[in-house]
Amino acid sequence: MMEITEGSHAVAEAVKFCRPQVIAAYPITPQTHIVEALAEYVANCELDAEYITVENEFSALSACIGASAAGSRTYSATTSQGLALMFEVCFNVAGMRLPIVMSIANRALGAPLSIWNDQQDSISLRDSGWLQFYAEDNQEATDLHYIAYRVAEESSVLLPAFVCFDGFILSHTYEPIDMLTQDDIDRFLPKYTPSERLDAADPISFGMYATPEYYHEFRYEMDRALKESKAIIHKAGKEFGQMFGRDYSAMVEGYRLEDAETAIVALGSICGTTKDAIDEMRDEGKKVGLLKIRVFRPFPTEDVAKALLHVKRVAVLDKNISLGAKGAVTLEVKDALYNSGIPVKGYIIGLGGRDVRKKDIKEIVALVEKGQGDMFYGLRTEVL
Amino acid sequence: MRELRIHGRGGQGSVTAAELIAIAAFEGGVFAQAFPAFGVERRGAPVQAFVRFDDKIIRKRSQVYEPDYIIVQDSTLIKDVNVFQGVKKGGIVIVNTERVPDFKVPEGVKLITIDATSIALKAIGLPITNTSLMGAFAAATGEIKFSALEHALNHRFPKELAINNIEAARQAYDRVKGAA
Repeated sequence: MMEITEGSHAVAEAVKFCRPQVIAAYPITPQTHIVEALAEYVANCELDAEYITVENEFSALSACIGASAAGSRTYSATTSQGLALMFEVCFNVAGMRLPIVMSIANRALGAPLSIWNDQQDSISLRDSGWLQFYAEDNQEATDLHYIAYRVAEESSVLLPAFVCFDGFILSHTYEPIDMLTQDDIDRFLPKYTPSERLDAADPISFGMYATPEYYHEFRYEMDRALKESKAIIHKAGKEFGQMFGRDYSAMVEGYRLEDAETAIVALGSICGTTKDAIDEMRDEGKKVGLLKIRVFRPFPTEDVAKALLHVKRVAVLDKNISLGAKGAVTLEVKDALYNSGIPVKGYIIGLGGRDVRKKDIKEIVALVEKGQGDMFYGLRTEVL
Repeated sequence: MRELRIHGRGGQGSVTAAELIAIAAFEGGVFAQAFPAFGVERRGAPVQAFVRFDDKIIRKRSQVYEPDYIIVQDSTLIKDVNVFQGVKKGGIVIVNTERVPDFKVPEGVKLITIDATSIALKAIGLPITNTSLMGAFAAATGEIKFSALEHALNHRFPKELAINNIEAARQAYDRVKGAA
């Protein structure tokens, strides 16, 4: 049923429908509304889960490790500095192959302190082994949680997943969402029944010491599972579409891309404004299209290449910067189009909450047409 | 697409006003989007909140620069912040003030002033003006029905608080309707 609600509350409700058995989280702006709502569900007995209050994010995700290893469906949420504090734990979760799902209300990283949106936080964990989904709007932000659990818990995957949605821009936005029901999700998401779990009667260990004879292969297996998860994402997304009408089988999504000469590549909420800008540019006769990347890890290299091979130039928008190199999405797209001869230019945009408007997208299209790029877009040179 | 920008100070309920206006608009059968722009998060600091209304799904996520409507919760903001910036010709500006305006809105823009603070003090007992201004907005723009606003307020607030806030909204609604 369509209802109008805040992004964070919608995400909390979606998480409730996933029936997590253990939740451990620490509040941090702009993620706080999610865990507040979940704490309320648990307190009101609307959700039968153990809600563990902890002293910080390191403990939050550590508590999730124990719960997940014991066989529980486990959830956390964080952002920015909170995720940074989880850095070590994130690698442990993935290494122990625990399918924890965590919402990230994307926010910039300090210093300087910023509570506002960019995607530096989750992008900085790109090498940790977690799947990374990015939502364009709050409909996707809710739906991707169902997909994330379904994929993460698949026995051939068993890796954790971030569901990323832009802080404030989505987390604090009220907009209409088609909320599914508990019955819907019970049909889509089976109970989590891991084949291996901590059990006092049948003891095993997680996260053991790996000597040089074994460590290399551990990493290989994680990489293989992440790459093979593409097929699982496709299957789960397709099934979701068949059941509820919104098809998430594709990891990338084109918008007016079929006959485009200039392609913009982006992830997250910036795609919405970009689509509006594209419609206006199309009205002016410019052949511009968008390739939205919904899954950043595993990276859909082949899908990106396939979707872009016909265009004349590509502009990649990055709400992150690998300082000293380029934006993370730009690097991936350049890799995907290596040898194609198609020029790919990157634009660092919207860091720390800098607003992105339709006119910015149009200016970037003008820049890429002139061959100018691989730059910070919209620098206020007067403050440099 | 029509756009509303609300200017207030932290603690005055600008964000709540945007949310409830969006909820009421959605009840009326249009797509609506409400979101805040926080500065530093503390009481008294200038705050903006935005609402968009459209007949189709709203994809745009940038802030509102060329609003059709503006609500100013606190007229002392006018000297600190360019609250009327970008307002469209034919737009409507609603300012909470008890005085005869000593400021000008851009040409071709309709100004409505209302003493929302007095209304709120009488109806709610607190100088929280957001609900009165929602009533004024409903009357001035027709974007939301008063009944939808009433539902939204009833849903958001505990009973007594809802009754008082609806009263404040109604008084402002009637005053703006009466003046029209």
